[in-house]
Amino acid sequence: MGWFDAFIVVFASGIRLAVPLILACLAGLWSERSGVVDIGLEGKILVGAFGSAVGATFTGDVWAGLALGVASTVVFSLVHGYASIDQRANQIVSGTAINMVADGLTALVGNAIWEQGGRTPQLPDQAQFGTIEWPFAREIGSVPIVGPIYQRLLSGHDLITYVAFLMVPLTYWALYSTRFGLRLRAVGENPAAVDTAGISVRALRYSAVVICGVLVGLAGVYLVLSQEAYFQPHMSAGRGFIALAALVFAKWRPWPALATCLLFGFLDALAIRLQGVELPAIGPVPVQAIEALPYVLTVVLLAGFIGKAIPPRASGIPYVKER
Amino acid sequence: MTSTAGMAPPAIALIGIDKSFGPVHANRNVNLVVERGVIHGIVGENGAGKSTLMSILYGFYEADAGEIRVDGETVRIRSSREAIRHGIGMVFQHFMLVPPLTVLENVMLGAEGGALLARGARAIRRRLAELGREYGLEVDPDAIVGELSVGLQQRVEILKALVRGAEILVLDEPTAVLTPAEADQLFEMLRVLKSQDKTIVFITHKLREIMALTDRVSVMRRGEMVATYETSATSPPELADAMVGRKVILKIDKGPAHPGRVALEARDLVVRDDRGVARVGGVSFTLREGEILGIAGVAGNGQSELLEALAGIRASSGGEILINGRPLALAQRNPHDERRIGVGHVPEDRHRAGLVMPFEACESAMLGFQHERTYGRGWLYDRKAIIADADKKMGAFDVRPRAPLLKTANFSGGNQQKLVLAREIERNPKILLVGQPTRGVDIGAIEFIHKRIVAQRDAGKAVLLVSVELDEIFALSDRIIVLCGGRVTGERKPDETNARDLGLLMAGVSERAA
Repeated sequence: MGWFDAFIVVFASGIRLAVPLILACLAGLWSERSGVVDIGLEGKILVGAFGSAVGATFTGDVWAGLALGVASTVVFSLVHGYASIDQRANQIVSGTAINMVADGLTALVGNAIWEQGGRTPQLPDQAQFGTIEWPFAREIGSVPIVGPIYQRLLSGHDLITYVAFLMVPLTYWALYSTRFGLRLRAVGENPAAVDTAGISVRALRYSAVVICGVLVGLAGVYLVLSQEAYFQPHMSAGRGFIALAALVFAKWRPWPALATCLLFGFLDALAIRLQGVELPAIGPVPVQAIEALPYVLTVVLLAGFIGKAIPPRASGIPYVKER
Repeated sequence: MTSTAGMAPPAIALIGIDKSFGPVHANRNVNLVVERGVIHGIVGENGAGKSTLMSILYGFYEADAGEIRVDGETVRIRSSREAIRHGIGMVFQHFMLVPPLTVLENVMLGAEGGALLARGARAIRRRLAELGREYGLEVDPDAIVGELSVGLQQRVEILKALVRGAEILVLDEPTAVLTPAEADQLFEMLRVLKSQDKTIVFITHKLREIMALTDRVSVMRRGEMVATYETSATSPPELADAMVGRKVILKIDKGPAHPGRVALEARDLVVRDDRGVARVGGVSFTLREGEILGIAGVAGNGQSELLEALAGIRASSGGEILINGRPLALAQRNPHDERRIGVGHVPEDRHRAGLVMPFEACESAMLGFQHERTYGRGWLYDRKAIIADADKKMGAFDVRPRAPLLKTANFSGGNQQKLVLAREIERNPKILLVGQPTRGVDIGAIEFIHKRIVAQRDAGKAVLLVSVELDEIFALSDRIIVLCGGRVTGERKPDETNARDLGLLMAGVSERAA
């Protein structure tokens, strides 16, 4: 059962690593489906993480942490929205600015308050999200095969993980079965059609940007309140960009986005697991090579193996009423 | 038909509409009455204010002054939503559709009937089936809009308006994108709608369509509504007069041609499009000095590819091109070398291939000749020389405003086209290839451009004219060949043929039976 155990361990860790990717990827999906390109996911993960660390540290309450993390990310999202929607700025430039401001500001403020090089103090247990045990996890856990899957893959995650997985069918349903979803898909493709149908392009895009802020904020909150229990500068570590790659990979669709993020999370877990393992003939596994796999995979697969990934036609283009 | 309106108030009454954009007075005190249940045409040159007026009616702009009455009631229309509520539907020249969505989704957009889609979708599916039966507007509700033909897409636009309960349908240059057969279908559809007491406002600049379709017609000129006629009591020359405010010669005065040596010859030319489909399948013809050879055909029958191959923009995959009797080597088949040996080219689409819109006019006026000594030496340009050269060309071709430093995009369509013609003709080419010289150009400029093309012929140049406008082909050509499906289906002299004869050839009915 050695390999099976190892598989369960790697897979469970893969799920944990995939959660912020899933949330950030869905955030990007909402934003870009409405026509607002969001390259600032990376920075917003940091803002969410920092906000939640500050909230939880000062109040000692996990919910206050969650609220502050999400709220501060939504504010950053709205800044990007204002630049992109009302000011018709270049969305790549605005997103890059968000990334830079977020990276610098979180480190600066963190250092100014706690003077630990930007690191925030370790959070006590009650200021973190605990794991949720499913009923009879321990009892079922002893059943071979099914038991460990139930106990360690399905059960035993924290609230945000379950929310993240729930967001996928929810996003799918909202996009394809609701009025809001139809309008959102339309506005990312041809805002003029939405406008002439008597619907406000601006309101749609702002709602999408807010939804994006909430989701990507949760990704940051997860890093602090569910995983590390403290904030540290640059702790997003490229997850926002990986999420963007996953979004392209998934061609802006929710279920493929989930699959892609799980794949990337799993590869990440594998890299950690294989650290220091000796392979016959090769010797120690070059961990860097496996760590690079998600990036390599993205580049290679995007270069033609998944077919053409066509973004929403109007994404990145500010809407200007034409005469 | 109009007298049946009787005592009922008109469907639309616009009273004293005034609208300015900065210094541009787009609508001046415009009055328009459209009776219920009629097809009312609005004609005018480009920039006459037709589209502005309709945008005001549809709530895109608010008028600076004036009143809108729908069914006799004064209304304020500040947004598309309000226009829809008053029963006004609009079919734009550039469709307002979302290509990756289905027909059903496109029709639903903005009229979903609730926060969830399922119930509304069922209702609209039923309504589409009803409309299909009632008006002959059948279309598969689950088809992806982007995969439909242009004609069907337009049908979806009309359905969108009808589903929203439109009683008044405004169509902005609806035939510009249609094939003649599709246009006929559209006309049939509109007549059925009219018989069901819908009111139709039809904007166009094609007088033939006005005569064929409308009950009444109003003419706009420079922002003003100058006249309204019963269509049966007017004629194209009268309408054309009203449009431009002076007598225009629809038929151009030109003497007989004096064809000389063969300047350009094509032998079994085969040209494929980007997807590898043969669009020109073995076309041969000769073009002599001092004549205008017109190439007629419904758009999309290989004319564009033929013209591009001759101009060296597109590679041919078979056959030969001879210039002055000598085969054109493959290495010479590029615009640069062809220009050097005296082939001028006015491309069909000035936006895509003829001009760079954000450039200043003087820069656009040197494109293709930018390496020439006139413009400077070595790596450096002489800006004064460039401006002087552009100024000269603009003067010669009456480009208005005569401002070499103005951005190309800021000129009207007709003046942009004159700029392209000036650039190509002033180089004094021996062979002039001209594609759709008057597409999207107003009548005044059409006359000017036609005269210039004839002048080139009279100066002994060989002119190849590709146009989808039959009137233009008739007015200019000394000889006409007709393309259909990438093959020549016939050759005619303009005075030995008529529109019906050419129409048959364009439809692929090869050579007359009798």
